[in-house]
Amino acid sequence: MSINQGGWRPTMGESDGNGDMPTYTGNRALMLEEPLIFERGSVNVTGVDIEEAPKVRSRLGGLDRNRDIGLPGLSEPETVRHYTRLSRQNYAIDLGLFPLGSCTMKHNPRLNERVARMPGFADVHPLQPVDTVQGALGVINELAVWLIKLTGMYGIAMSPKAGAHGELCGVLCIKAALEKRGETDRKVLLVPESAHGTNPATAAFAGFRVENIPATPEGRVDLAALRGRLGPDVAGVMITNPNTCGLFERDMKAISDAVHDAGGYVYCDGANFNAIVGRVRPGDLGIDAMHINLHKTFSTPHGGGGPGSGPVVLSEALAPYGPLPFTERHADGYITLVEEETVGDRHPDSFGRMTAFHGQMGMFTRALTYILSHGADGLRQVAEDSVLNANYILRSLEDVLDAPFAETGPCMHEAIFSDAGLAEGFSTIDIAKALIDEGFHPMTMYFPLVVHGAMLIEPTETESKGTLDQFIGALRSVAQRAKAGDQALKSAPHFAPRRRLDETLAARKPVLAWKEPSQAEAAE
Amino acid sequence: MRYLPLTDADRGEMLARVGAKSVDDLFVDVPEAARLDGPIHDLPLHASEMAVERHMAKLSRQNLSAGDAPFFLGCGAYRHHVPASVDHIIQRGEFLTAYTPYQPEIAQGTLQMTYEFQSQVARLFGCDVANGSMYDGSTACWEAITMARRVTRRARAILSSGLHPHYVSVARTMAKFTGDILETGMPTLEAAPDTDSLIDRIDDETSCVVVQYPDILGRIGDLSALADACHAKKALLIAVVTEPVALGAIKAPGDMGADIVVGEGQSLGVGLQFGGPYVGLFACSEKLVRQMPGRLTGETVDAEGKRGFVLTLSTREQHIRREKATSNICTSSVLCALAMSVHMTLLGEKGLRDLAALNHAKACRLADRLDALPGVEVINDSFFNEFTVKLSKEARPVVRAMAEKGVLAGVSLGRLWPDAEALANGLVIAVTETVTDEDVEALVSGLEEALA
Repeated sequence: MSINQGGWRPTMGESDGNGDMPTYTGNRALMLEEPLIFERGSVNVTGVDIEEAPKVRSRLGGLDRNRDIGLPGLSEPETVRHYTRLSRQNYAIDLGLFPLGSCTMKHNPRLNERVARMPGFADVHPLQPVDTVQGALGVINELAVWLIKLTGMYGIAMSPKAGAHGELCGVLCIKAALEKRGETDRKVLLVPESAHGTNPATAAFAGFRVENIPATPEGRVDLAALRGRLGPDVAGVMITNPNTCGLFERDMKAISDAVHDAGGYVYCDGANFNAIVGRVRPGDLGIDAMHINLHKTFSTPHGGGGPGSGPVVLSEALAPYGPLPFTERHADGYITLVEEETVGDRHPDSFGRMTAFHGQMGMFTRALTYILSHGADGLRQVAEDSVLNANYILRSLEDVLDAPFAETGPCMHEAIFSDAGLAEGFSTIDIAKALIDEGFHPMTMYFPLVVHGAMLIEPTETESKGTLDQFIGALRSVAQRAKAGDQALKSAPHFAPRRRLDETLAARKPVLAWKEPSQAEAAE
Repeated sequence: MRYLPLTDADRGEMLARVGAKSVDDLFVDVPEAARLDGPIHDLPLHASEMAVERHMAKLSRQNLSAGDAPFFLGCGAYRHHVPASVDHIIQRGEFLTAYTPYQPEIAQGTLQMTYEFQSQVARLFGCDVANGSMYDGSTACWEAITMARRVTRRARAILSSGLHPHYVSVARTMAKFTGDILETGMPTLEAAPDTDSLIDRIDDETSCVVVQYPDILGRIGDLSALADACHAKKALLIAVVTEPVALGAIKAPGDMGADIVVGEGQSLGVGLQFGGPYVGLFACSEKLVRQMPGRLTGETVDAEGKRGFVLTLSTREQHIRREKATSNICTSSVLCALAMSVHMTLLGEKGLRDLAALNHAKACRLADRLDALPGVEVINDSFFNEFTVKLSKEARPVVRAMAEKGVLAGVSLGRLWPDAEALANGLVIAVTETVTDEDVEALVSGLEEALA
């Protein structure tokens, strides 16, 4: 309970009518316009002092650079200011609720950052002799043990670099296992229509044909239809659980059993693991492979689009095919790195290497720090609070927004709504852009494809009730305006650093790199 | 728990709104047999910030960090000085805790930065366009091979023997499943890279030639004749750069005719980090851009006519095209791209050239010094900041023995090619601006002792 129960709300003064007054600079007080480095900097300026090189005879094979690169430099103060100004044009979790469904934008603890920068982790080379990196290998091993126990699985591949790379790892394990069994005719992977785009893209990249699994009106996999499709040409299924409608697949164990009985494997997209961590172990549901997005469930920062990290837990059936390298802890505590040099005949069925080195070490240190902070009890509370927060949003908005699955029971960590019932000509994007003006990042829009004008809202467990109440109030207000046909929504956002951007122009005439104005004109 | 804001009173009120008696009611869809009734056994419970920090610091101390030893490792990851402001900027919450910029009106910071990064990388590589980053150099390299297959509609790629063996392994792993045919080979300890033999092997079925520049042994080969030979057979030349600082001193691959240039950006701004996260670089000519993988940021205008930036050409990507996408990549490595971009902005053209000159000069001096030692022979004619020596005995035990004495002497070729006897005496030594005179003396005396 807050100390001042009345809280604080800003009051709006009378407008003096000068809101649109132009300024000389184009700036608006703290809202600062910032040119490109190419417009600010110069090739003769540098922000780094470098000692003079001793005179030597060049041994560059006669390939000394004979043309300018065209890289602008800025002094250190100008550099810091440039990027600080740019940073202020970004929304971020540190600023407020970021309810992107299926993205799990939770608070990123700063202890994680401090630990990742410890010199024993940040300043070690991946090819140092293993005797000199026992602590780094220890981190990988300790995290691996946690992830295996949290999922109830048999083995793990730590090296995949992000979720989609983890999917590829799991699907390649399936393919390698089928090849070992001599069943290369199994060329079909069944994927629900509600899946993330990465699922079909991964399956296709690995040479599988993708077929759709139908859904029930309740937004779940149609078990009977799935059973009907299984057969000797099916390699397996890729299922997201909890699924992208925010629902737990009640029949998951029956799905797994049916797929196994038909000779296939079960891949689970673990993007939504946050909803069940500590409460359900996917291994108990018959899963053969699942990637874990450390940048979702385990709080490593998303950084504006990566780096991620996508370790893959594996069943006993698929573990023999997992990639190199991996760590092995011996009875005396010494940890070896099993790679080409040391693998010998101990892991003969491994499908090979997926990346140059050992995976996303900088994410491992952060994720392990987070896991140790929460412990087994705290992680369970994470799942519970994330699910409670989502249900609170669902039940607080179902009277103003269409919630297609609300009657079938509770949701998991995310609540889904559709654009049904909005005024003619209004859609999800108008609600999303109006939320920007209210100071929130919008929800995931138009995904999954199975819900018309989908709005997928994932608050995560790191939001307070006060923040949720404010968000609910804002979304109620915007939804009512959209139902009433308020035209001001069509041109939202009004108060962001930019108004709606012309994406059609960007795609029709792509400008992907800066050119000197003279060159750019010549290219017209 | 310090990361969870809900109080028990909040939870009670919220459950009442939801119409649930307890949180267990929200998990009714989980089959009973799969419900855990309490925290998983034999895992520790929550811990204070201080306790966790203590545990992790202990693990950190069980490593010999590069800053605490004379350090000469390279082979795809390089230790350069990273200015303090780089780390400050990437820790700003607005960059650190933002998502992929799907809502451009409130993501102009990430988008403009990515546009600047793309422009810097394109210029550095001598190409028209670059994307907003890949996972790392090795996966970027494989993506380039698949892109060449799409462009040429041929599936036979020739990989130089001077390509990083882990990059070759990644490509080999993937090719097993995609049906691409890869011609690969092991390098020999000779002064010149394998350019001539590559030229001889190009034919009408070749999709691309993949060549590292400088190569895994540090050698620098002219790519112009190779590019011409590729183009004569309508194949693509893919150049791989694992040490972008080199391009402050030597010609850009794009300027010599490479069609696709990929690389590892780690050496600028990112740091060693035991192998990841790093940042994959991917650049090509304008006419190939629609076959490119990964995110692209482009310039546009907003409804008021102001310049702004958006993700563009998304019809190549998985979230739109699903199984027909150019790649399955989604999350890439934007924060590392920011680190690299900030470092490049701080350096600028002048700084990068000075840095490259210093690296090369230090490497030249060390190469001369080592070449004069009994039992050590420098094999390179050409190199930037990394070269290969042939020792009078197997290099792996030498590296291990020197590590025990606190000197990180380089990467033995036996670590990279465990089965190749002809390479067993090879040691690759990298020299950056971070190497001091004392480090050099420690390396020289350590080698003398180990080889005596």
